Amino acid sequence: MEYEAVIGLEIHVELSTRSKMFCGCRVEFGGEPNTRTCPVCLAHPGALPVINRQAIRYLCRIALALDCSIPEVSVFHRKNYFYPDLPKGYQISQYDQPFAVDGGLETVVDGERVRIGIERVHMEEDTAKNVHAGESGRIAGSVYSLIDFNRSGTPLVEIVTRPDIRSPQMARAFLNDLKNTLLYLDVSDCNMEEGSLRCDANVSIRPAGTSELGVKTELKNMNSFRHLEKGLAQEIERQKQILEEGGRVVQQTVHFDVATGTISALRSKEEAHDYRYFPEPDLLPLRIGAETVEQVRQEMPELPAVRAERYVSEYGLPDYDARVLTSDRQLAEFFEECTGIYGDAKKVSNWVMGELLAWLNESGSDLEGCKATPAALAELLGMVDGGEVNANTAKEVFAEICSTGAAPAEIVKEKGLGQISDESELEQLAAAVLEENPKQLEQYRAGKEKVIGFFVGQVMKKTGGRANPKLVNQVLRKKLSE
Amino acid sequence: MIRDDDVRHVAELARLELDEQEFERYAGQLSTILEHIDKISELDLSQVEPLLHVLDLESVMREDEPTPSLSREDALANGPEVQDGAFRVPPIVRE
Repeated sequence: MEYEAVIGLEIHVELSTRSKMFCGCRVEFGGEPNTRTCPVCLAHPGALPVINRQAIRYLCRIALALDCSIPEVSVFHRKNYFYPDLPKGYQISQYDQPFAVDGGLETVVDGERVRIGIERVHMEEDTAKNVHAGESGRIAGSVYSLIDFNRSGTPLVEIVTRPDIRSPQMARAFLNDLKNTLLYLDVSDCNMEEGSLRCDANVSIRPAGTSELGVKTELKNMNSFRHLEKGLAQEIERQKQILEEGGRVVQQTVHFDVATGTISALRSKEEAHDYRYFPEPDLLPLRIGAETVEQVRQEMPELPAVRAERYVSEYGLPDYDARVLTSDRQLAEFFEECTGIYGDAKKVSNWVMGELLAWLNESGSDLEGCKATPAALAELLGMVDGGEVNANTAKEVFAEICSTGAAPAEIVKEKGLGQISDESELEQLAAAVLEENPKQLEQYRAGKEKVIGFFVGQVMKKTGGRANPKLVNQVLRKKLSE
Repeated sequence: MIRDDDVRHVAELARLELDEQEFERYAGQLSTILEHIDKISELDLSQVEPLLHVLDLESVMREDEPTPSLSREDALANGPEVQDGAFRVPPIVRE
């Protein structure tokens, strides 16, 4: 039987505010354990939470970017459960009156645009970090755990999609676009490895073409795009096998093991969740007010889709270029800055999409680890135009700039990569090549004009590819007609 | 009247171990509370805005300014077991 997958994602985003959600402790990654705590985030009796205004503004940005409606009033609730990373015995979260509801975000899968619905966006606080001691380093079978409360109370936004996702590829594309949007909004560094962007998935399958939902499982904490895609594919396959063997999928939490590529169930007595939500009496209802929303709307940065449209209309770039360039905020900024200096947008786009992305790919680095500045690329392109270096050599020079950050002119000079445009030097080389290849010369003289390409190649070889190809051609023709 | 099973369930969620006497007492108290709520439910409140908080205040917020944290020594002072600058707790999940 043909099955189709029904997937919904729950994404958690740590906000990059300076201080925590409900207290003034600093928000940072890492550091010595338990050095950024206070009575509020350690849950000492009597300590009271106070809402961080900036976190609410960031939340509002996210809600607007995801096209959500923002009710006038939202309410904080206590989500009660026992876990050592939760000092209060409850997490402050939102429940039946979340900050924002009913939005959506467009993504592109196989060239097709799909809108993934957003059910809700709400504010909560992150928990502490556990380190499990034991052979496996996993929670199961650990001997004891060490708790670091530095992360406890970090502003955390939960984004819940509707079950609109139909494949692991679509989930990945959506998460990528969501991450990109969040990066544009400047509200989080979205570092999946460090856990500032985390993703859980609800997965079920059903016979293709039917509308009834199957039993779902919850796939936890996939910490990279690749793991998300692989984990989902694996879980869908597991559910198919169960159904095909006539079994039934059990509603449970499952874990994707990266090392073995297999799915295992997390056996836990907490399985039947009963969080006994009730309104947080320590916090007042949050009335956001149309004025604040409007103010945040005014401050919104240009989002990827809008920016892509502008690249088409303003710079005359093809739709494809515009999408690739805006798929990463830093890449888009690099492109714009370079175009501002150099002028020819399409040429810059070709270099950014070609050479820069190739370098990033090969080095496995992100743009921050790349030492090339937009100004350096603009300078290099100017040198190509001026005949100081030929286009092929320029690619090498650019890779060098990316790795070392040295100035283009310096690299060209130091490595002797400058284009040879000295006619007399090229004439000597051309003469030598003709002399060394009497057989080809004979062919040429017999009327086989195409052989000139061979001679050009030989001269280029002698110069290590640095000769000005146009000039070599001219010089050779001159010599041959002598 | 609250059912015995509900009392047991709530006690388990709250990690409370109740002896027979306590069980009787809390079951009685919970029943009284629920009966009182049933009584309130008899009122026609369809025209009344729900009260979100007893204080007549809203949206109290602070600016995003870091303030000093506790020293690690102070932070860990109440921990029954401490190791490597962290709170040490028993295994979280029993197999």
